Amino acid sequence: MINIDISRKEAWDKVSGKAKYAGDYVFPGMLFAALYLSKYPHALIKSINLDKAYAVEGVISIVTGDKFNALCGSVLKDRPPLAIDRARYYGEPVAIVIADNEMAANAAAALIEAEYEELPIVESPTAAIMPDAFLLHKVEDYEKAVDDVHPQKGANISTKIKIRKGDINKGFKEAAYIEEATFCLPQSDHIAMETRCAVCEIMADGSVNIMTSSQSPFSVRQQLSKIFKIEEGKIRVHVPLVGGGFGGKSAVFQEILAYIASYSVNGRAVKLALMREQDIICAPCRMGLDAKIKFGMDKEGYFKAAEMVYLVDSGAYCDISPKIAQAIAVDGTGPYNIENVYCDSMSVYTNHPYVTAYRGFGHESYTFCIERVVDKLAKKAAMDPFELRLKNCIRYENFTPTQVKLNESNMGNLEACLNMLKSIVDWREDNRVISRNDKIIAKGISAFWKTTNTPSDAVSGAVLTFNSDGGANLTVGVVEYGQASKTHLAQILAEKLSMNPGRINVNIDVRTENAPEHWKTVASLTNYLAGRAVLNAAEDALRQLKALASVALRCPVEDLDIENERVFIKHNPEYFIGFQDLVHGLKYADGNNYGGQIIGRGGFGMSHLTKLAEDSGKGKPGHEWTTGAQEVEIEYDKNNHKYKILKAVTVLDIGKSLNPGIDKGIVKGGMSMALGIGSREKFVYRDCRTENTSLRTYKVYHKEYDAPAFIVEFVETPNKESPYGSRAFSEHGIIGIHAALANALSAAAGCEIDTLPLDGEAIWQLMEADK
Amino acid sequence: MTEYSGVVEVRLDINNEIKKTEIRPSETLLYVLRNRLGLTGAKPGCENGDCGACTVLIDNMPIKSCLMLAVEAVGRKILTVEGLKDAPAQKAFVEKNAFQCGYCTSGFLMVCHSLSINHPKADDKRISEWLQSNICRCTCYEEITAAAKSILSR
Repeated sequence: MINIDISRKEAWDKVSGKAKYAGDYVFPGMLFAALYLSKYPHALIKSINLDKAYAVEGVISIVTGDKFNALCGSVLKDRPPLAIDRARYYGEPVAIVIADNEMAANAAAALIEAEYEELPIVESPTAAIMPDAFLLHKVEDYEKAVDDVHPQKGANISTKIKIRKGDINKGFKEAAYIEEATFCLPQSDHIAMETRCAVCEIMADGSVNIMTSSQSPFSVRQQLSKIFKIEEGKIRVHVPLVGGGFGGKSAVFQEILAYIASYSVNGRAVKLALMREQDIICAPCRMGLDAKIKFGMDKEGYFKAAEMVYLVDSGAYCDISPKIAQAIAVDGTGPYNIENVYCDSMSVYTNHPYVTAYRGFGHESYTFCIERVVDKLAKKAAMDPFELRLKNCIRYENFTPTQVKLNESNMGNLEACLNMLKSIVDWREDNRVISRNDKIIAKGISAFWKTTNTPSDAVSGAVLTFNSDGGANLTVGVVEYGQASKTHLAQILAEKLSMNPGRINVNIDVRTENAPEHWKTVASLTNYLAGRAVLNAAEDALRQLKALASVALRCPVEDLDIENERVFIKHNPEYFIGFQDLVHGLKYADGNNYGGQIIGRGGFGMSHLTKLAEDSGKGKPGHEWTTGAQEVEIEYDKNNHKYKILKAVTVLDIGKSLNPGIDKGIVKGGMSMALGIGSREKFVYRDCRTENTSLRTYKVYHKEYDAPAFIVEFVETPNKESPYGSRAFSEHGIIGIHAALANALSAAAGCEIDTLPLDGEAIWQLMEADK
Repeated sequence: MTEYSGVVEVRLDINNEIKKTEIRPSETLLYVLRNRLGLTGAKPGCENGDCGACTVLIDNMPIKSCLMLAVEAVGRKILTVEGLKDAPAQKAFVEKNAFQCGYCTSGFLMVCHSLSINHPKADDKRISEWLQSNICRCTCYEEITAAAKSILSR
């Protein structure tokens, strides 16, 4: 049941229009909410006039920030759900209109009039940390939601993470080559095809029913409980299928607004569905990054020292950005063995839209910087960029920047990934850059790693029940947004129980009142975190099945084995009893019943993870590191600087692929997003106002006429603590592709290309600046 | 040209059934399908004609239902994803893993279904041209392209 191609559990629902997402549901008497957003990126809100809005027929209530004086945040509580007196980004929610139809709600929201007094804007993280920068927040006044966040008093800094390993001065003294570079990478957006949506109803006893498009139903419950002082068990969160997440739906956002809206109309059901334009400018987006990188290399080509400053552009509120800054810090050298490391990684406030998790959790940003620097070093020392990576790549027995010792279980085999990539792309000195008249064909490569960066106490659980025909039902708290977790988990369970995965029903919708807590469906972690819980539930059920079967078959438990929904005697398989005669108790001819119902339960939590030491960063941030190597091949036109992508390749150590067809498709999806980041995606600002607010002006990767070949191959070095050896892989396709693209373009154009995104004009501008 | 005002009753031919419903003339076909008739297979992704998640067929041609008023569809044959039954495109999408989250799938299915009706021998260029009308954020389009090709008699 492992390493086989089977279709997604919900496949036929998705090709028949029957698959239901939060926005598809209708509740009796449901009202509709619409948002009024700040017109300024930074301003005091002097007054709000609701008269014209209230005059619209159908409007029932309008809520402004002063009605809910609470701050929210899963790391640092810095964000009012509705702006109170002051707006810090263009598009920040200022008021919610509730009406009995969508048209009235939207019309009324457009009629809200507010008077603003503009404040100075902070346009980049680099500007934000200048001593005279205007302060967006008084961070020292904010309550911490976790204890390992380090806001810097009197600064626009929500956390600062320090990595100190070895002796950086000694390292640079040993260096024969030093390469320094600065980067300024823009913010962009998740653009999940389903925009965010929540429906909230408050019951007469104050309990809350919420349906939402979320990756984190249990965080929704916890956050609402804390903000509005409601017992967690009284909040019931229902998440049906989710139309893409990419991290963006891990933040608790629309649910808080939907609760406020419902509260203002005496608990009636209210639906808040964001229009695309609002989903882009108002809901949390992807980080930007300013970075300064300095690498020292000795004359043999070994990296001796790495010094990095990373400034995560968190936008106006920090949300999970302090944890992204931390994730960047812990892996921030790239996948290389470097003994002397000095890194400061900060999450920094600006007047941009606020950010949350995004596929790669910062790795898709910093890896670009590191991989460009590695290519520059190779050029400086006249070395082959592949050989340089192979020479320095992180290996077993090495230590990470936070001083975790690596072994073949807790890390993928990067050397094997690089070597496989080399043979797939036929990497040779004489074919890396080939000129053909006005066209240049060039290859670029990159390497990456990523650990999971989970809280040290993240948990999951699984409940296994059986039907009277012997089939099984698996209940987990994992959200399905396309990553095929329900299918993967069914396979893990099927393998353990030696039964047909088709006979295992997995709950697609998550209801927090029924499903065991699952931290969040993020970090490509489900096959491990929930997978281990599923294995534990299976063990529990197997033990019960065998115990009951030993009564029926009148033999010792240790003589029994299980296959195809039967418990049989190992040395005499014709003696068996089917699951259907066991799972609801043993039935005797005289009507007696013995044993009750068999229910398997499994809990699992992360173990041995630690918080990082504040002075050195020492600590264990994740249970494993996934590794991989990527290549992009382009055809560049010297005359107009335009280029065509011919090929994109990923080799990734997946540990064990549970479902190769689906798994490769997921990695390719990440590569496709990376080509978007590489070639076109960014928020365009004018004075911190987002200008490309629709899918007509914010372009994502489309089907191309000359689509590149997407190639994905797996190395399989099992992670011994993960189900069947599997490793995290779902988000990783995105990490290094745009770096490989920039490396290929730099080689083709003969110009150092350190910005994103890259179109013909961007390359032309860099070449002009280079002259 | 028919004039409409206020709330009007229209008859729409959807999936070979005549649906009678009251609408306001300003309502888009997407809105009427989803909110008046409960046909939620067509999805709102942008309501601006950019993403194609709301694609349905009008007289066998793909139309973004967020860009068409419901009153414009009166007298024409509307096919939504709910009207597909064992269509080759559905099977092909399942077999080729041509979706992940599934939100864009109804739209892409209708495009591919229409392509197979109107251009059963479409070449690569035409397939690309048709698939460019829609956005999928999860896949790299390779599997969707493979599914489209598999139902054409090329």
